[in-house]
Amino acid sequence: MAHSHDSHSTYHGTVKGYLTGFVLSIILTAIPFWMVMEGDFSTSVKFWTISILAVVQIIVHLKYFLHLDFTHEGKPNTLAFLFSALIIVLVVGLSLWIIYESNAMMM
Amino acid sequence: MTTQVTYPANAYPVPEEEHHDPGENTLFGFWLYLMTDCLLFASVFATWGVLYFATDGGPGPKELFELDYVAIETAALLVSSITYGFAMISAHAGRKGGALFWLAVTFVCGLVFIGMEINEFHHLIAEGAGPQRSAFLTAFFSLVGMHGLHVTAGLLWMIVMMIEVSKRGLGGKTLTRLGCLSMFWHFLDVVWICVFTTVYLMGAL
Repeated sequence: MAHSHDSHSTYHGTVKGYLTGFVLSIILTAIPFWMVMEGDFSTSVKFWTISILAVVQIIVHLKYFLHLDFTHEGKPNTLAFLFSALIIVLVVGLSLWIIYESNAMMM
Repeated sequence: MTTQVTYPANAYPVPEEEHHDPGENTLFGFWLYLMTDCLLFASVFATWGVLYFATDGGPGPKELFELDYVAIETAALLVSSITYGFAMISAHAGRKGGALFWLAVTFVCGLVFIGMEINEFHHLIAEGAGPQRSAFLTAFFSLVGMHGLHVTAGLLWMIVMMIEVSKRGLGGKTLTRLGCLSMFWHFLDVVWICVFTTVYLMGAL
């Protein structure tokens, strides 16, 4: 950027970056909505496709809007996020596993 | 009688960090707060997943949710993300007018989103599908309502930032605060991706 502020030289948002992220996120939102509203697919195909597209869209947002990367400046934020992601997978995944398994065993 | 004691100028070390400016530390600290907020959302998502089938004979997701309505809500939030990005670019380039304009556009998009959400909640409660109807609906109102409260907090914060930018201009501290709100706003967008996927789209399968 031509006129970047001294104390914020690490800011690396650009118009191009935001536009790329925006176009990608529009596409990644439109496809799952279209699949569920109009698409003629089996339930499991829809389930896995919208799950995978959601993960891809989250990565797009993290990269282009939240500027997570593995550079010297971006690394602490990225590592903090990866640790949180691990905890989230454990909390959500294990909760669902435990509850639905025990529910099935009591049937 | 009091004794005046003078210390040499270098008696106390002045806290001075060479490689990190305080703004960067603030941004990192705020990011860590957002990560704890992630865990809060994760536990509510887990609750939603666990209570998904506990409709108690009441209405389930297929009867309740209208996807075309949610698609418009989602569009408002996505547009607000890029307009906030433009506000940040204008702010870092020192363009006060541009920053205020894009902040105002972002605010309007956020207001559209939250207005539509309140309207949806109002309709559900009027139909007798309020949070007290079933555990499934309690989980729904908790999850979507918590995201909505965050967006409302973000909108209030945005008003404060617009006043600060118009009165004080775009100094270093103001830029740091705008950076924190930027992370908060984009973070809420990421949470909304999870909400529309797991609540509305999977609910309609």
